[in-house]
Amino acid sequence: MKSDLKSVGSRFSDGLIFQNPVTVLLLGMCPVMAVSVSVFNGIGMGLSATFVLIFSNTVISLLRKFIPENVRIAAYIVVIATFVTIVDMLLQAFFPQLSKSLGLFIPLIVVNCIILARAEAFARVNGVFNSALDGLAMGIGFTAALIAMSVVREALGAGTLLGVPVMPPGFRPALLMGLAPGGFITLGFIIAAMQWALNRRKRKGKL
Amino acid sequence: MSRELIVSSSPHVKVSDGTSSIMLDVIIALAFPIGITVFQFGPRAAVIAAVSAASCVAFEYLYRRMMKKPGSISDLSAVVTGLLIAMCLPASVPYWMPVVGAFFAIVVVKQLFGGLGKNFMNPALAARAFLLSWPAAMTAWTASGVSLPLWDASASATPGADAVAAATPLASLKTGIIPNISLPDMFLGHIPGSMGEVSAVMLLLGGFYLWVRGVISLRIPLSYMGTVAALTFAFAPAGADRPMFMLYHLLSGGLILGAVFMATDYSTSPVTRRGQVLFGVGCGLLTVFIRFFGSLPEGVCFSILIMNACAWLLDKAGRPRRFGARAKRKGGIGL
Repeated sequence: MKSDLKSVGSRFSDGLIFQNPVTVLLLGMCPVMAVSVSVFNGIGMGLSATFVLIFSNTVISLLRKFIPENVRIAAYIVVIATFVTIVDMLLQAFFPQLSKSLGLFIPLIVVNCIILARAEAFARVNGVFNSALDGLAMGIGFTAALIAMSVVREALGAGTLLGVPVMPPGFRPALLMGLAPGGFITLGFIIAAMQWALNRRKRKGKL
Repeated sequence: MSRELIVSSSPHVKVSDGTSSIMLDVIIALAFPIGITVFQFGPRAAVIAAVSAASCVAFEYLYRRMMKKPGSISDLSAVVTGLLIAMCLPASVPYWMPVVGAFFAIVVVKQLFGGLGKNFMNPALAARAFLLSWPAAMTAWTASGVSLPLWDASASATPGADAVAAATPLASLKTGIIPNISLPDMFLGHIPGSMGEVSAVMLLLGGFYLWVRGVISLRIPLSYMGTVAALTFAFAPAGADRPMFMLYHLLSGGLILGAVFMATDYSTSPVTRRGQVLFGVGCGLLTVFIRFFGSLPEGVCFSILIMNACAWLLDKAGRPRRFGARAKRKGGIGL
């Protein structure tokens, strides 16, 4: 039981920090750059991807002994596409505004490298429980990174957070932060800050 | 025993040239065009330049101190960056803009990549690209000869607010029409524009000084401006006076500033001779492409930044043949 708890903990610390899909593995850059312009979109995208990750990891882990080696990628895509279609339709039905602003990036989750990478690297060789947990942890890590980026970009690029003005009067939003260069610069700073904190912890641990 | 015989290995003859003396030369060269902007736009221009240079030095000092690295403000490179940022701005920008630009240039573009000589893009131009985040302030041109007030200048330069606002020559060249400004005025700088794009004669004077002092070679400026001249001459719109069209293109915008002061930046341009010529030609091609086909009237900033990113490749292309080595006929990419 104790070792189980430990592995649960390591799933989450991997997903959030040590193997964070965005800031460490640098996967799925396309939706990250496009969507992290506003916090609302970032949360929407993060949760949609989390949903898909959990269920695709679960199903692929269940089927891992039946899927032939040679066509496994195609099989994964079919599984993932199923859940993406579900998310897409749910969003259209219940959050039409979010669905409209995320647009093409929801269907594009099908080919999101994070989801394929977790299927290929984790769900294929691990049990159902652990795979589902991995999907949840990775999804939370992805969402957290998206929120971190979109907070910076929305505050500097539009002067708002979740649409509410947060900057002092007279602040003039920087157009560039909402564009792709702003996204890459923000990501660079977040990665640098994370690495700095990790290195500091490592150094302190050694001392 | 007052005269000792010192035996040492070569070099025996030393010159005092170093980073700081080169940077000082660039500052002296920049003093010509900055001086003229004070006559054009009033003392505000000098204040903008001073704010920009001071904040560059401050950010450089603070960053090096925070990162516990040896101080580097005495090499004067931050001052040069600050002055160049100011040259990229209209004199009417609010004072916080050169400060934001200085932060971006010094911290993000220069120091995060390791400091002087390790940045792969020209810090001043990258700062200008960043400051285009506020397009209204960056394109509020003041007519020349109007002395801007020290405070609230942006209000008087906002189009429609006053008669001060004016279109730059490039804006009319974009539509294929030779601007309604006489050629001597273009040359002397009686035109609206950013601080560093008005006076061609002062920029050329500064460039001449740098060339005489051996700070820059003419390879990049000449190949850059030559390419722009050739292309604008060859592809002038039908019915336009070709030589005039070419001359107006050469004298307007940031071309001279870019070719002389920005593209010749040591750390972001190739070191090989052939590489430098290719660099200039590439800058010229991109500038003309952006001016003719882009959505912005001016392309100097982005073309130099793009070529900055290619400098390593051009150095490979320009690598001289080793003595005695045979040129490769086949195989390899020939670079």
